[in-house]
Amino acid sequence: MPADGGIGAATPRREDVRFLTGAGNYTDDINMRGQAYVAFLRSDVAHGKLKKVDTGAAAAMPGVIRIFTGEDFEGVGGIPCGWQVTDRHGEPMQEPPQPVLAQGKVRHIGDRIAAVVAESLEQARNAAEAIVVEIEDLPAVVDMKKALEPDATKVHDDLKNNLCYDWVFGSDDAAIEGAFSKAAHVTTLELVNQRLVANPMEPRVAIGDYASHSDESTLYTTSQNPHMIRLLMGAFVLGIPEHKLRVVAPDVGGGFGTKIFHYAEEAFCTFAAKALHRPVKWTSSRSEAFISDAQGRDHVTKIELALDAENNFIGLRTDTLANMGAYLMTVAPAVPTYLHGTLMAGCYRTPAVQVNVRAVFTNTVPVDAYRGAGRPEATYQLERLIDKAARELGADPIALRRQNFVTEFPYTTPVAVQYDTGNYHGTMDVLEKIADIAGFEKRRKDSEARGKLRGFGINCYIEACGLAPSHLVGQLGGRAGFYESATVRVNATGGLVVMTGSHSHGQGHETSFPQVVADMLGIDPSMIELVHGDTSKIPMGMGTYGSRSLSVGGSAIYRATEKIIAKAKKIAAHLMEASEADVELKDGQFSVAGTDKSVAWGDVTLAAYVPHNYPLEDIEPGLEETAFYDPSNFTYPAGAYACEVEVDPDTGKVEIMSFAAADDFGNIINPMIVDGQVHGGIGQGIGQALLENCVYDETGQLLSASFMDYAMPRADDVPFYAVDHSSQTPCTHNPLGVKGCGEAGAIGSPPAVVNAVVDALQSGGHKVDHIDMPVSPARVWAAMNNA
Amino acid sequence: MYAFEFERPSTVADAAKALGEEDAQALGGGQTLIPTLKQRLAMPSKLVSLSGIAEIKGVCKADDGALCVGGGTTHATVASEAKADYPALAALAGNIGDPAVRNRGTIGGSIANNDPAACYPSAVLASGATVVTNKREIAADDYFQGLFETALDEGEIVTEVRFPVPEKASYQKFEQPASRFALVGVFVAKYADGVRVAVTGASESGVFRWSEAEAALSSNFAPEALDGMAPPADGMISDLHGSADYRAHLVGVIARRAVAAAS
Repeated sequence: MPADGGIGAATPRREDVRFLTGAGNYTDDINMRGQAYVAFLRSDVAHGKLKKVDTGAAAAMPGVIRIFTGEDFEGVGGIPCGWQVTDRHGEPMQEPPQPVLAQGKVRHIGDRIAAVVAESLEQARNAAEAIVVEIEDLPAVVDMKKALEPDATKVHDDLKNNLCYDWVFGSDDAAIEGAFSKAAHVTTLELVNQRLVANPMEPRVAIGDYASHSDESTLYTTSQNPHMIRLLMGAFVLGIPEHKLRVVAPDVGGGFGTKIFHYAEEAFCTFAAKALHRPVKWTSSRSEAFISDAQGRDHVTKIELALDAENNFIGLRTDTLANMGAYLMTVAPAVPTYLHGTLMAGCYRTPAVQVNVRAVFTNTVPVDAYRGAGRPEATYQLERLIDKAARELGADPIALRRQNFVTEFPYTTPVAVQYDTGNYHGTMDVLEKIADIAGFEKRRKDSEARGKLRGFGINCYIEACGLAPSHLVGQLGGRAGFYESATVRVNATGGLVVMTGSHSHGQGHETSFPQVVADMLGIDPSMIELVHGDTSKIPMGMGTYGSRSLSVGGSAIYRATEKIIAKAKKIAAHLMEASEADVELKDGQFSVAGTDKSVAWGDVTLAAYVPHNYPLEDIEPGLEETAFYDPSNFTYPAGAYACEVEVDPDTGKVEIMSFAAADDFGNIINPMIVDGQVHGGIGQGIGQALLENCVYDETGQLLSASFMDYAMPRADDVPFYAVDHSSQTPCTHNPLGVKGCGEAGAIGSPPAVVNAVVDALQSGGHKVDHIDMPVSPARVWAAMNNA
Repeated sequence: MYAFEFERPSTVADAAKALGEEDAQALGGGQTLIPTLKQRLAMPSKLVSLSGIAEIKGVCKADDGALCVGGGTTHATVASEAKADYPALAALAGNIGDPAVRNRGTIGGSIANNDPAACYPSAVLASGATVVTNKREIAADDYFQGLFETALDEGEIVTEVRFPVPEKASYQKFEQPASRFALVGVFVAKYADGVRVAVTGASESGVFRWSEAEAALSSNFAPEALDGMAPPADGMISDLHGSADYRAHLVGVIARRAVAAAS
């Protein structure tokens, strides 16, 4: 490990000093002079016609400044969707409007009916309760299959039905039917990837501010991508040109995807601040977050695998219903399609793969990307299916996977993506070692002696990260570019400020990004400061999601730093009266090859800003460069995970005894941060596998609306992890050779857990093929007892 | 929360007087009431905090050997101070919620609220304890009257709970995965004149005595005495976390474990 704090060093996270001493500056820490407070009146029914919203008495209550309803937003744009999916017939998806405040109808628990702005939060809440609302209840559409029945109530009256799109991708019908017709064995599995609530530690907050003297609006918000919010809100909702709109996302306490999207509350606060000429602040409570933050997953899938007589995979077919909820959030249509269908081949060379996804509107909170976004759903169904196939065929689950691995790269899958590099046997070799597979049978006997059933589960995963080539994304319906930007500003005395369009909300960018620059320049990372999260300070950037920050944002920083080095060498060559081609940069010193001439980094930077002795005829003064990096492909992190569980046959309770993760992330900048990302991701995956479940009843009421009923994983629910990322095949197309590690843990872990539970039950003689997540004690007991 | 008056008297008499006001509400450790107020689900005119009343705090032993726990005693105090005399009770208290809950929440607050998934009601009922209030003494068998229902009158304050100390006892809890309240909790207490078994978390009617198990264990205090036994699923809670059948099954399992662990 390098000791100098450059690439590969496990440098402690510099931002943690701030976070751990209470010095972080989160959006709710920001308070403006003269600020007013917002309380939203939210629907307590899932579906209904708004007959009356009478704000008269409420408006007269103490402290109330103004009450807004849907009428105030009639001339204002709705919340836009950033991705248009084209269906199997070449038609665009059905795309309903999402008003800032409800107009005519409410469509889910938590839908926004009115917003009270008052002098204090308590006054705003008091007035919100005093608003008289009459709602004519309509039948709630909750179950996706029922939503698609011809006589189902429509969530959106102006759409044809509740089907957003019916999308087919991959191999054509002839290829798929050919594969299944000649199969020696077909394994079929129906499963649910349950809905989850993201629950970042920091709830959402928005503060709108307006300066009348300059006609400038500012939004402070808990966002993963401030520029995207500026573009979506400015251009599509409020009609504010970008030079009159600033979006600031300061310290953000976790996002997990749910802070990617542009939310109505952001538009409301910005709108109201301008209308009232006062700063307007909204802070979500945890209860409000349960019914207003976009939720995750929620797929129901039937998947089929065709194998030949030698156990080679010859065909894979899936049929998925994906819940959109009541409205389309920013990237929601892309999650079950391009972030899910394109990964359906997994690590395997199945020649025919076809994916069918029908996206459905229901009277539930909208669903969008949540850590992994589509890729966990793909991985879960495929890896559960392969496990079932292995059991049916009496094959070893590891050998069956190995037999079907893609081994030659680049490899183009039947679902359109091209894996540039990988070594799936390599990660499996590592896993077999760190999971101590050889010792399992003894551990199983020990468990049995204690009256417990022990199970071992394994799975592989692949993900597409580093979203992504703009030209490709555009062809697939994305309404944005997905490059990233960076400006590297070198100060006269040698220190640097790196301005990145990536946004850190827990990932440790302030530590790892400077490591890249320090490594390239041969200087100490403490000379480098990272700036992010403010559209007035950074170049147009696309933010952080899809494990893209290092592979795309880091590559932009790399390119900008290359430009800095090139210019600095010119200056150094002038100072040393040498040829530019002979100048070398090492350890922060410029020297001329083969001579004892050298100048220090600081001499060059000073010369750039005090250009007394300077080649002004050739180059400009100053040392500041910007680069935009648009990747040529996704990156493809992959790995193999193993889990061991003990099941208590009397209660059905599952305990995770060990968890091992062998990942290939390509090159690693900071191994400690990578370990942390994997740990957190596995924790989230174990949460999904064993605990978390967002449940609505048939009337659309949310049954799991607080932590009393929504089970988040806690420290004692998870084991110590064995994490290894030594099997590395560097990405071939970005300059750092990195792939991204933020989502792997959440993608790769749920199938290993469920595979292990099924294995444990089988070892106890229970003929259980599958249990839907969360694999709770009650569900395990019911499966064991056919209850 | 809505606005309310606040009083913190230092005697039971003053607290009872303050609670005489209409819509006044006693505040113990606040582990249920404060979240309820924050959610605007209650609107008391006045909160009367019992936390300043020294006479209802602490653990002591009565002349007849009973363990007396003041109504205002926190779970953390019971966990440490009842350990020598009634280890099963101390263990129960030491496993309620988390350290923050245990250092604020009180036994009086818990049994006055009578949450159907709370731990303490099972100990009070299985021990045949006496609930002492500022007005009277109430036998445990008469005290618990259903979900969040007790024999307490408006404004009546739990000043003490007197636990006859059993020869052997244990409380075992199977946790609901989200709240970590009892999905099923069973308190087994063996006395010279018989065994009492109280079950919390499971029933739609709140804590109850499982009389079939009591009879079986009174003749043979061993886990095997309960083999194959479970209460009827009828009337058990059925929710996100488990069906009535599952809860009924768990009562049997957890009761056997409690007997095995009893000391």
